[in-house]
Amino acid sequence: MNAFWIILTASLVSICCGILGCFLVLRKISMIGDAISHSVLPGIVIAFLISGSLSSVLVIIGASLMGLICTFLIEFFHRTVKIQSDAAIGMVFTFLFAVGVILITAYTGNIDLDVDCVLHGEIAYVPLDLAETGTFLDSFPTQPIILSILSLLILIFVFIGYKPLFLTSFDPEYAIAIGISTSLWHYLLMAAVSVTTVLSFESVGAILVVAFLIVPASTAYLLTDKLKLMILLSCVFGILSSILGYYLAAYLDGSIAGAISVMMGINFAIVFAYTKISSKKLQKIKSDPALNS
Amino acid sequence: MIKQVPNPLIEVHDLTVSYHTKPVLWNIDFSISKGQLVGIIGPNGAGKSTLLKSIMGLIEPQSGYVKIFDKNIDEIRDRVSYVPQRESVDWDFPASALDVVLMGRYSRKSWFKRYTKLDREIAFESLDKVNMKAFANRQISQLSGGQQQRVFLARALAQQTELYLMDEPFAGVDASTEESILQLLIKMTKEGKTILVVHHDLQTAFKYFDWMVMLNTSLIASCPSADAMTEEVIQNTYGGKLPLLSTISNLIKQKNLPIRE
Ligand SMILES: Nc1ncnc2c1ncn2[C@@H]1O[C@H](COP(=O)(O)OP(=O)(O)O)[C@@H](O)[C@H]1O
Ligand SMILES: [Mg+2]
Repeated sequence: MNAFWIILTASLVSICCGILGCFLVLRKISMIGDAISHSVLPGIVIAFLISGSLSSVLVIIGASLMGLICTFLIEFFHRTVKIQSDAAIGMVFTFLFAVGVILITAYTGNIDLDVDCVLHGEIAYVPLDLAETGTFLDSFPTQPIILSILSLLILIFVFIGYKPLFLTSFDPEYAIAIGISTSLWHYLLMAAVSVTTVLSFESVGAILVVAFLIVPASTAYLLTDKLKLMILLSCVFGILSSILGYYLAAYLDGSIAGAISVMMGINFAIVFAYTKISSKKLQKIKSDPALNS
Repeated sequence: MIKQVPNPLIEVHDLTVSYHTKPVLWNIDFSISKGQLVGIIGPNGAGKSTLLKSIMGLIEPQSGYVKIFDKNIDEIRDRVSYVPQRESVDWDFPASALDVVLMGRYSRKSWFKRYTKLDREIAFESLDKVNMKAFANRQISQLSGGQQQRVFLARALAQQTELYLMDEPFAGVDASTEESILQLLIKMTKEGKTILVVHHDLQTAFKYFDWMVMLNTSLIASCPSADAMTEEVIQNTYGGKLPLLSTISNLIKQKNLPIRE
């Protein structure tokens, strides 16, 4: 049963991240996922210091806000101060992460919050943390319940906002020209990434979240020319890596999060090799003069 | 040679735009009346794209303003279509030609709804107008440059508005397609639509357009095409360095060259 809960948790995170990751990759801002996942640390710590607990709503709100503040700061440094966007990302998130590290080491002593746990998560403990709601849900672990709700919310968000998300990702200038607020959709997406990062950091950690955001979406991007299919494939690769990664870790008796990351990398490599081989065929088709009218 | 028109559809007033501190448009002031096919002409870096973006309100000017239908652009975005330069997007995006053209049917009131059957019909019609119907389901990464350009044009046509701003719609398009698109634009202006086209080929420009806006950071001319065809205007627009200049003066000498009535 433990295996089931762990794989389910990882798969749910991979669905949330796989959907959002497609838009990050297509907007060429996938490193913002990295920035957000690190920047939530000071938010988590501050909220933890105020509320004295790691699993309060306050922590989720505080940390998500910090993720949004991070994206505001990146936009500010890029647009107003006019430095390169990758430099802006690097500056902002290392600073916020460092603030978080200082806060942890200075104030939380050796309470159960350490940098290592934030970065790598404790997915193996997911089945032990049962929900305490006083309802039938109490026989289930907390994380999969929360992540199921989150997955549903993200699906609804992308389903309802599909048109503007598609448009602002492909051609932001045209989107503004026809009256769509590109910054509104940018920040809605960033808010979704922030909440996802915060809700999944406890189980899978900041590093695996980043991998889930970027790798399956990039793998899917290699395979398809259709956005909807890309989103679907991205989720499939995430789930596949979660299953294979779990059993790899069990076999090696190693880190589950690490094994899942490795599986995503292997997925990518196989797909990349496959597209290279088949693009040779495509090249032949493309050079067919009949098709170039 | 700057002629202001009465009751202008577009009024550009004392517009100055700069990137960082370098002025790209300097004190531009002109007006365009309804139903004209207008060419915006100037050498590379003259600020033609910047002018279109300023009219569309995509760039904040240093000073001056633009009024369309006597209103601020933000009030009438649903009455203006924009064709950006092809290079402004990444064509490796996972989308089909139809997906892109359907964007023209986006409406602020029903942003959360699927596109309707009518939207699709209009999108197909628009693709047909630029001879791209056969490529509707082709992925945009697999289209040639000229075909991608035509997809952008079709997207603007699908908006079905009164005013069209087009940034180099003929770039990379073959001669026969250029001719058929030109005929389409002429037909649209006869129906009362107003079309501004950034164009870089001076030789064809005089044939194509009713009105010319000649630009090189400052405004050199805004007048009927025939009036713009003087050596002085062309020299001021291109600076004496244009190798084509002799060809152009030849053109001017044969003033009876075929100007469309
Ligand atoms: N985003 C930008 N940032 C800085 N300079 C720019 C930007 N866009 C255009 N420019 C500069 O402004 C000038 C005018 O550009 P543009 O309007 O694209 O000219 P055109 O379309 O006539 O070729 C050029 O010198 C160009 O280098
Ligand atoms: Mg240009």
